[in-house]
Amino acid sequence: MASPVITERAPEKTPRRDHRSRGLRRGEGVAGWLFVSPVVVILGVFLFLPVLMALWVSVSDWGGRGSPLSPNVNFVGLDNYGELTSGQGLRSRDFGTALRNNAWYVFLVVPLQTALSLFLAVLVSRRMMKARGFFRTAFYFPSVTSSVAITVLWIFLFSAAGPVNALIAAVTGGKGPNWFNDPRGIVHLLFGVFGVDAAPAAISQPGFLGLSGWDWIAGPSVAMSAFIIMAVFTTSGTFMLLFIAALQNVGYELTEAGMMDGASAWQRFWRITLPQLRPTLFTVITLGLIGCWQVFDQIYTGTKGQPGKTTITPAYLSYTSAFSNQDWGIGAAIAFILFLIIIAFTLLQRWLLRERPVSKRRIRAYTPKGARS
Amino acid sequence: MTDSRTLARTKTLTDEPIDRAPQRRRRLTPASRLGQIALYGVLALLALVYIYPFLVQVATSFKSEQEAASNPISLIPQTFTTAAYERLFLNSDFPLWFANSAVVTILVTLGRVFFVSLAGYALARLRFRGRGLIFALVVGVMAVPSVVLLIPRFLVLNQLGMYDSYAGMVLPLLVDAAGVFIMKNFFESIPPSVEEQARIDGAGTFRVFWSVVLPMARPALITIVILSFQGSWNELTHFIVSVQDPGLFTLTRGVASLSSGQLSQGTQYPLKLAAAALMTIPVAVVFFIFQKRIMNTSEGAVKG
Repeated sequence: MASPVITERAPEKTPRRDHRSRGLRRGEGVAGWLFVSPVVVILGVFLFLPVLMALWVSVSDWGGRGSPLSPNVNFVGLDNYGELTSGQGLRSRDFGTALRNNAWYVFLVVPLQTALSLFLAVLVSRRMMKARGFFRTAFYFPSVTSSVAITVLWIFLFSAAGPVNALIAAVTGGKGPNWFNDPRGIVHLLFGVFGVDAAPAAISQPGFLGLSGWDWIAGPSVAMSAFIIMAVFTTSGTFMLLFIAALQNVGYELTEAGMMDGASAWQRFWRITLPQLRPTLFTVITLGLIGCWQVFDQIYTGTKGQPGKTTITPAYLSYTSAFSNQDWGIGAAIAFILFLIIIAFTLLQRWLLRERPVSKRRIRAYTPKGARS
Repeated sequence: MTDSRTLARTKTLTDEPIDRAPQRRRRLTPASRLGQIALYGVLALLALVYIYPFLVQVATSFKSEQEAASNPISLIPQTFTTAAYERLFLNSDFPLWFANSAVVTILVTLGRVFFVSLAGYALARLRFRGRGLIFALVVGVMAVPSVVLLIPRFLVLNQLGMYDSYAGMVLPLLVDAAGVFIMKNFFESIPPSVEEQARIDGAGTFRVFWSVVLPMARPALITIVILSFQGSWNELTHFIVSVQDPGLFTLTRGVASLSSGQLSQGTQYPLKLAAAALMTIPVAVVFFIFQKRIMNTSEGAVKG
């Protein structure tokens, strides 16, 4: 990146000197701009411009009629943001509910998909493995299908009389839940087992974003849990590939040294292999966090936020606020808050997983993955 | 000294792990053989969990609606019927959705391959003022999550009068920042001497790019094709905010509307599952054609 800039101005100032290089580099500046112009124009018009416009809408009272840039649209400051975070009224409550739903989703999906994909990668990376191509394909295939197709399949699998419940009945003899119609939170259900069926007085009052403490700890609803399983199912294959590539770069000599020293396979994995996978772990968790805060397709295709609003997510709420309720300012404000949340989470986990000076091998192991993402 | 030996060793190990297998197998103790069996048992079970949903999907699409409800687990329909498919092809908008998806995907893929490699080449090789800035912008764009763009995209398309048009569906997808990044990395890995030779022979910049550099970039281009094809075929959010006219629905949009009950009375699982299975076929075909590459993308994307 740095070196090519040096000679940039030279030809202009001294047109006669360095004639041959000028001949070779003739018109390169123009060509350079021509080559990047399609990308620049499209990113500018369909990315930067939209973001700026939405930023304006989020601080305006535009109601969806005419252009948001017309003179009779007013600047309202941070009113939309204020309304969302006030804890008063339906919009704030819905926003709180959406955050609650998505936070539980992130909290469960990210660790599960990371652990499962690492587990699969380790299994199919065994040196004396037969048919590993077959297994890798099997685990990766769900990742290529579209979220719409998978959601349609999932709604069937988890329908009241669907295959999953049929399986539950066959194995346990019991009756499975009515998955996508069950709004009960699984943490509440867990409390129910111990006889706690209603909110203890201490956490029954409306609190942060209009939700009581009892509501916040409800856990994902049974319906959302089906989506959580789906997310783990569809993403584990992609992340497995990242881990497989990283495992290939893990030096075997350290593992061998561990064997010599009598470390068990379990110890070798935790003490020798895993530390070397740290950069990939970092990538997987980052991508997982970014992806999980953007749950939209599944909800749009499947439940539309039902049952009992337990599957609305900030992304979906942003969409319905704007397109269905014509609350454009609110919708745009939700999108930007979501953006901030994603940035905050990425920075937080960056800080948690921060690393001391990196070895050459780790850098090498990391580069391909970073580029792929 | 030790370093180079270690390196060489790592290389042989990663390059040909399978060759070493037979030699090791002979040394298996009964205990580790048991472990081996357990490993395959676990893998087989996991593979079943991953594959079975798709098998039951295809099977159910050939069942009658009653059977789909009464016997959801079985993989062989008792009464084999193609009613769902007939209905989809003869009595729904499915063929239209399919055509729209195909048009958009082909245009987007072609456009992306061209624009992304042009920009990647310029950022990697050409010297022009503002190059660093543009690269920084491209990287910055990769950080913007797509759901944040839902409302903004609509606003701009509406403002530009491109709402409900093919232009509005295709243009915003034509450029992919990650693709620019991949191509730039790839071009930087090609030695510049080849191009310089062509330049000395008097070829212009575009000529050098088109007939010298691009043919060398085949592996990276294939990566871009795979990513663009999958990305645009499976894209949903952009088509939600760019069109309203049912005549412009793509498969994702159409099947999503099917799922929320547009055509249906009752559950209609065979019909919905048939639609979902059909829309998976093109990406599945691309996947199986390029399987080797995809399975190695993490390396291939960059090193080619």
